[in-house]
Amino acid sequence: MTQSPVQRLVSSPEGRLAVIAVAVFVLMAALSPDRFLSLQNLTSMAFQFPEFAILALAMTLTMLTGGIDLSVVGVANLSAIVAALIMTRLTGSSDGTVVFLVALCAALAVGMAAGLFNGLLVAKLGLPAILATLGSGLIFTGFAIALTGGSAVMGLPAAAAWIGNSTILGIPTPLILFALLAVGLSLVLTRTAFGVKVRMFGANPLAARFAAVNIDAMLIKVYVASGGLAAMAGMVVMSRANSAKADYGSSYLLLAVLIAILGGVNPYGGYGKIIGVVLAVLSMQFLSSGLNMVGVSNFARELIWGSLLIFVMIVNTWRPAGRRN
Amino acid sequence: MKIDWTRNETLVALVILAFCLLAALSDPSFLSIATLTDLLRGGIVLGIFAVAAMLVLISGGIDVSFTAIAAFTMYVTAMTLNALMPWMPWWAALGFGMAVGAGLGAINGLLIAGFGLPTLIVTLGTLSIFRGFMLTFIGQKQITTLPPSMREFGRMMLIRGENADGSFYNLHGAFVVTVLVVVLTWFLLQRTMLGRQIYAIGGSVESARRIGINVRGVQFFIYVYVGVLAGLAGVIHASMARVANPFDLVGLELSVIAAVVLGGARLAGGHGTLTGTILGVALIVLVRNSLIVLGIPATWQSVTIGLLILLGTGLPAWQAKRAAARAA
Repeated sequence: MTQSPVQRLVSSPEGRLAVIAVAVFVLMAALSPDRFLSLQNLTSMAFQFPEFAILALAMTLTMLTGGIDLSVVGVANLSAIVAALIMTRLTGSSDGTVVFLVALCAALAVGMAAGLFNGLLVAKLGLPAILATLGSGLIFTGFAIALTGGSAVMGLPAAAAWIGNSTILGIPTPLILFALLAVGLSLVLTRTAFGVKVRMFGANPLAARFAAVNIDAMLIKVYVASGGLAAMAGMVVMSRANSAKADYGSSYLLLAVLIAILGGVNPYGGYGKIIGVVLAVLSMQFLSSGLNMVGVSNFARELIWGSLLIFVMIVNTWRPAGRRN
Repeated sequence: MKIDWTRNETLVALVILAFCLLAALSDPSFLSIATLTDLLRGGIVLGIFAVAAMLVLISGGIDVSFTAIAAFTMYVTAMTLNALMPWMPWWAALGFGMAVGAGLGAINGLLIAGFGLPTLIVTLGTLSIFRGFMLTFIGQKQITTLPPSMREFGRMMLIRGENADGSFYNLHGAFVVTVLVVVLTWFLLQRTMLGRQIYAIGGSVESARRIGINVRGVQFFIYVYVGVLAGLAGVIHASMARVANPFDLVGLELSVIAAVVLGGARLAGGHGTLTGTILGVALIVLVRNSLIVLGIPATWQSVTIGLLILLGTGLPAWQAKRAAARAA
């Protein structure tokens, strides 16, 4: 049966999501054209979403293997706190660019070490990912609290503002960072043997084992990468807040899961595309910024995000009665 | 009686005993009625939540929305009773909360049993929906003057007393409700066909369907029952705290699930006992209340709980993996 382009578009989850993203954008632009389409609003949206969008990338990667990473926010905060502590201790009279780079590397190292811990728990101990990362997330958050006594680390050098608050050629740096990470992850997942193994394992772990995939090594790499992405998100949050604290972004955990699932990622593994996640992030950001403008409260966002998730799930799984198997 | 060392329950019970032993050694006043009543008090709301979470885990699902149901219910109950029915007796206030909770649980049930959507996704969505709806359309302010019925319930004490050193201890009457919930759920799970069907669905949905179990009906019942328990817990929480704060409770869901899993319930479904769940809750409450007695500062609380979760679930998982490797 030949399909029209429109049919082909709405037959995939990503296609439907693209329609939703465009529709939300057009709707919001029509509701308050002068404000929603203003350069100021577009820039502020571009500064807002990368931090939780990067967490959603980490979540997507682990979900592709049929796992999940509930420790992302804990890892992000712990890495950011380590970085912030390094910067506040080492920065002298300079603007701190060198120290910032050292701190960034330290944060990434912490994030990847935390990811390695998760990976070992999941791969070597055989713990279900949801439990391993739930427990380890508490441990990472606990370390973050113990390091700071629960208060915020402040007094960061000027260079720390670069990753979250500056622009390169007029484009917000966090947006560029997110774009690079998303494209990079997408290439890794679609163009490398590693990406094929990840999806193969997620779709059918037993088949992957019989195909001689080194599952333990693959899983460990996935969680290390997830930890690294979480650390990146933590640095963006730290830079935007100009401080680091153990309980920043606690609402981002469920949001990241929600975005990944909204983006068409199968939480039981095997299917998911980065473009879907990007479209889901954009739909959410357009919706919440637009609604903010027409005077809807922040709490209504939660309501709308939840409704959107359920609506998309119903559309994705709903089959007319006759075609159900 | 033969002790089965491979069970989670045994492991958790041993950890609890060791904890109490160490605590008693470092501070002899730990072994007092006041510690016990504090522990029981801390387990009232958590215990009801845990029973609800366990039921869903047994059926092979996972529910993260029960805290939002509880928060929604306690807020709406306090508000409605204040405005319309201040004359209601305390037991009717609990009943009202259970009815609101049942309604919200039915929404979960409809989406899960009716549309066949994955439980994690549905409850993640409804968590945001219930909370967002309450905060957007109902209110964001704390209700500090609770209706008379909830105030009356909040003052009900089972035991009241004074220690030798002059400090007071008491046990809240709501403890009886938690005990009733546990007994009722035990009866449901062990003595009714419906309960066995819940285990059967958790074991294998397809097998359950083929032996003629009405899978959708049972699933719908589970989520309504969980809603009822969550609503009850919400009203009790507000009555005991003497304030209905809409920002309370949400955020506890993963700790509750952790407590249940510590007690031996499996995420894959089909396994879970009330004994294990109660022990898991007891351990979490013990760590929260009394870690300081062991000389560990309160800032290390979440590290300890995290380690306990990893140990409590990691040891059995590791044993299972070794056994599987030996068999292969």
